[in-house]
Amino acid sequence: MRTKTSPLNRLFMALVFFFLYAPIFVLIVFSFNDSKSRTVWQGFTLDWYSELLQDSSIMSALSTTLLVSLLATLIATVAGLFAAIGFYNMKRRLRAPLMTVNNIPMTNADIVTGVSLCLLFVAFFGLWGSVAEWFNGVQSVITLPENLHMGFGTLLIAHITFDIPYVILSIMPKLRQMDRNLVDAAQDLGCTWMQAFWKVVLPEIKPGIVSGMLIAFTMSVDDFVISYFTAGSATSTLAMVVYGMTKRRISPKINAVSTLLFVTVLLLLIIVNVREARQEKAIKKTAEVRR
Amino acid sequence: MRNRRGFFALPYVVWMALFVVAPIILVVVYAFSAAEGGFVIQFGSLTLHLTLDNFAKMGDYLIVFTRSFELAIIATLLCLLIGYPLAYVLARETAGVQRVAMMLIMLPMWMNFLLRTYSWMSILEDTGLLNQLFSAVGIIDLGNWINSGLNSLCAALNSGPVALLNDLLGTQWALDTARATDMEFFHMINTSGAVVLGMVYNYLPFMVLPIYSVIVKLDDSLIEAARDLGAGTSRVFRKVIFPLSLPGVLSGITMVFVPSVSTFAISKLLGGSNELLLGDLIEMQFTGMAYNPYLGSAIALVMMVIVVVCMAIMNRFGEGEEQAVML
Amino acid sequence: MKKTFSLLLALSMVLGFTLTGCSGGGSGRVVNVCGWGENIDPDLIDQFEEETGITVNYSEAESNESMYSLIKQGGTDYDVIVPSDYMIAQMIAEDMLAELNFDNIPNYSLIDDQYKNLTYDPENKYSVPYTWGTLGIIYNSAKIDEEIDSWSVLFDPQYAGQVGMIGNPRDAIGVALMYLGYSINTTNEAEIQEAYELLSEAKANGVYQGFFMDQLYDKMEGGETAICVYYAGDFLSMYANNNDLRYVVPKEGSNWFVDAMCVLKDAEHKEEAEEWINFICKTESSLANMDFIWYASPNAEALEQYPAYYAENYGEELAPELYEVMAAPADVLANCEAYLALPSDIQTLYSDLWIQLGIEG
Repeated sequence: MRTKTSPLNRLFMALVFFFLYAPIFVLIVFSFNDSKSRTVWQGFTLDWYSELLQDSSIMSALSTTLLVSLLATLIATVAGLFAAIGFYNMKRRLRAPLMTVNNIPMTNADIVTGVSLCLLFVAFFGLWGSVAEWFNGVQSVITLPENLHMGFGTLLIAHITFDIPYVILSIMPKLRQMDRNLVDAAQDLGCTWMQAFWKVVLPEIKPGIVSGMLIAFTMSVDDFVISYFTAGSATSTLAMVVYGMTKRRISPKINAVSTLLFVTVLLLLIIVNVREARQEKAIKKTAEVRR
Repeated sequence: MRNRRGFFALPYVVWMALFVVAPIILVVVYAFSAAEGGFVIQFGSLTLHLTLDNFAKMGDYLIVFTRSFELAIIATLLCLLIGYPLAYVLARETAGVQRVAMMLIMLPMWMNFLLRTYSWMSILEDTGLLNQLFSAVGIIDLGNWINSGLNSLCAALNSGPVALLNDLLGTQWALDTARATDMEFFHMINTSGAVVLGMVYNYLPFMVLPIYSVIVKLDDSLIEAARDLGAGTSRVFRKVIFPLSLPGVLSGITMVFVPSVSTFAISKLLGGSNELLLGDLIEMQFTGMAYNPYLGSAIALVMMVIVVVCMAIMNRFGEGEEQAVML
Repeated sequence: MKKTFSLLLALSMVLGFTLTGCSGGGSGRVVNVCGWGENIDPDLIDQFEEETGITVNYSEAESNESMYSLIKQGGTDYDVIVPSDYMIAQMIAEDMLAELNFDNIPNYSLIDDQYKNLTYDPENKYSVPYTWGTLGIIYNSAKIDEEIDSWSVLFDPQYAGQVGMIGNPRDAIGVALMYLGYSINTTNEAEIQEAYELLSEAKANGVYQGFFMDQLYDKMEGGETAICVYYAGDFLSMYANNNDLRYVVPKEGSNWFVDAMCVLKDAEHKEEAEEWINFICKTESSLANMDFIWYASPNAEALEQYPAYYAENYGEELAPELYEVMAAPADVLANCEAYLALPSDIQTLYSDLWIQLGIEG
């Protein structure tokens, strides 16, 4: 549905985007402030950036954040793809309840997901402790660790758990839109199921996979609450460091790291968009030539 | 290929059982137990103290429930009020503008929401940027001037007509004459207003994206048909566009309301933990000042049930059948 | 899409290597320490890591109560924790702490006898004192004209909107109890209830901006908050950034606390933990730490040498009134009381009242 837009509409859009970006602009400006103050401008400096690079807690939190988001996105995308194909091939009676369960992490409040996973991990560690103790007691070939604790592993599990549903929900509609006969046709023409999958199904549902990946990554990067309850004491994500800082003294290093993140993401998005736009143009051109 | 590859989902079904269903069962078990006392059940080395005490205490927290739901409802309505027109306007733009706008809406989400909320702290503080702006532009002086004007007006009324009325009726009415006239700033941080602002700011994209994705897919011919049949713009909107965009609206409401009602970071950062919300209450019992995971689980469970019931009622109005309407 | 995948994969692998590169260094010996925010000189951590090859993971808790929650909740792997006196007593009672092997902590002998065998650990089997100090009122003399000498300012509507109340139940209710003239260790529920009413009324009157812990650093230094209740050492940190601030131990008396290092019962790195504790007890470490966190050390030598150390480092004398804030003299301490562990029903009452206080609009 495309009709002309009035200047009033444009003004409204501009206002909303101003609302969305003003705080980010403030963050960026004060990363160059020559003072610890978050509200009074006292000259330009790059000190916070050099201090940021030397701050091991922020830097390791940054790499934890990126690593857990990337790994969780990758694993969730592959797992979600398999699960979506599985669900698609199920009878509705079986699929419906499973999809309801699948929706739980998305519609449930983050804090409930976080707290419940935390309870689960702790309960499991307790169970594991007694099993390991018994196991180490009866034999001495392998020693199992008796004390497990939350850390990167539990953080990753939590992220995968809340990422998969988004991937599935982006892939399912694409699967449904696909012509069922395509796979059969490919197989009739001598493809194995695997070949048919790679050559026919995957290209059809590719946009769904990509957008699922994108949403999963966004959710992972944006998450604070679930990480807070599942990361344990030694691992922290960037958000947890920021939260810890807001309970104490806030350092403009946080502004500096936000600015770097923002600029990186902005550049990435611009590159991707320019490339897509070019591709689209190229496709249009070839289409016109053919006509 | 139907019915042959269903087993592909098996690993994920096991995963869900472990990491989605089991944790929720644990929350339920915790909600119905306590550290000691109660009805004791023994499973090997595991001891459960079953009790309903946690729910008996729930009445004390009624005010927190109402406060959280109130703030979340306000935030959701505001998001809808801003988000729907934005999505609608966006959907009518050219493809290029749409692409850029979508990018701009997604972009902030790639900086963690705590970073964005933290920025609002420096904007809203008493000595913050907004107050600096206000005092530079003279808005605060204007406020003082209006207040002093109102004060003298009320004083005049008090000595005049109000006094007359009091004499007549034997009452003690008086209009407020003590409005602050020496304000140096507007107090914004650590109020419920700041918390609602934080919610709207953070969750607005969750409202815009699903609505936009539904509206943009609407069939142009449907709208044309309505027009051809003589419907005016507003009638087309009311009878065609809005009903068809309802799934997006419902999905947006869920995606804004649920995180708003359960937040604890926003209320801590912008609300100064002056008025506890449900999220604060739960967090406090798990990692905070008053350790009691049993009560914390019970509160979480009650909140979850209320939210699920609300959503179920709401979804009866639109067919929200398993569809992802986000991008 | 394959390209995107391989790009992501490559990125995460690079990141993975950098990560393991960071944490995998050293001999693999580790000690996990949990203390308060800004309560350790980070250089000491580096120094200890260099000397011993043990990696220190320092994490922070907001208050005694939240440290207790984090440990109780499970899934964390702290070895050394640094709670305050009353919490140590509670943890000993709940069998959460390990008995220390003092053969591994020879520097324990440097600790002043005054801080050994205190009521929270009568036989001194579980803890080694880390810092001590007083609780008091910090106020901004540029914003408050009169001299404050009483807890009453915390409940006085005259200061509406200017007070940052302390954000943990023991100190907040304790302060109210002291103002009312009761003991901070009272088990009389009526007295505690009365203290709660006092806080609740002040909150309703808008006296408090909020209930804060370490956020007070920024708020006091920046002038957002004019009056607060906090610890002596932290006042000195704030004073370094804002000379208008004043510290007072009110006339009604106050709390005198000891924070001590303990090792958790299920600690996996007990030896490393004891090595860390021994390192911290050294006089040089205590001096450096005191200079960073401004809390008084229980190391007698270090406390005595500190003014000289300060003069040498900064080329100026340490003002005696600041030294007195840090190491409160006997006449101030005589007016102060230590927190004792409370019986569990009173603990529950504290938690309930604390939640109640937060709930009220």
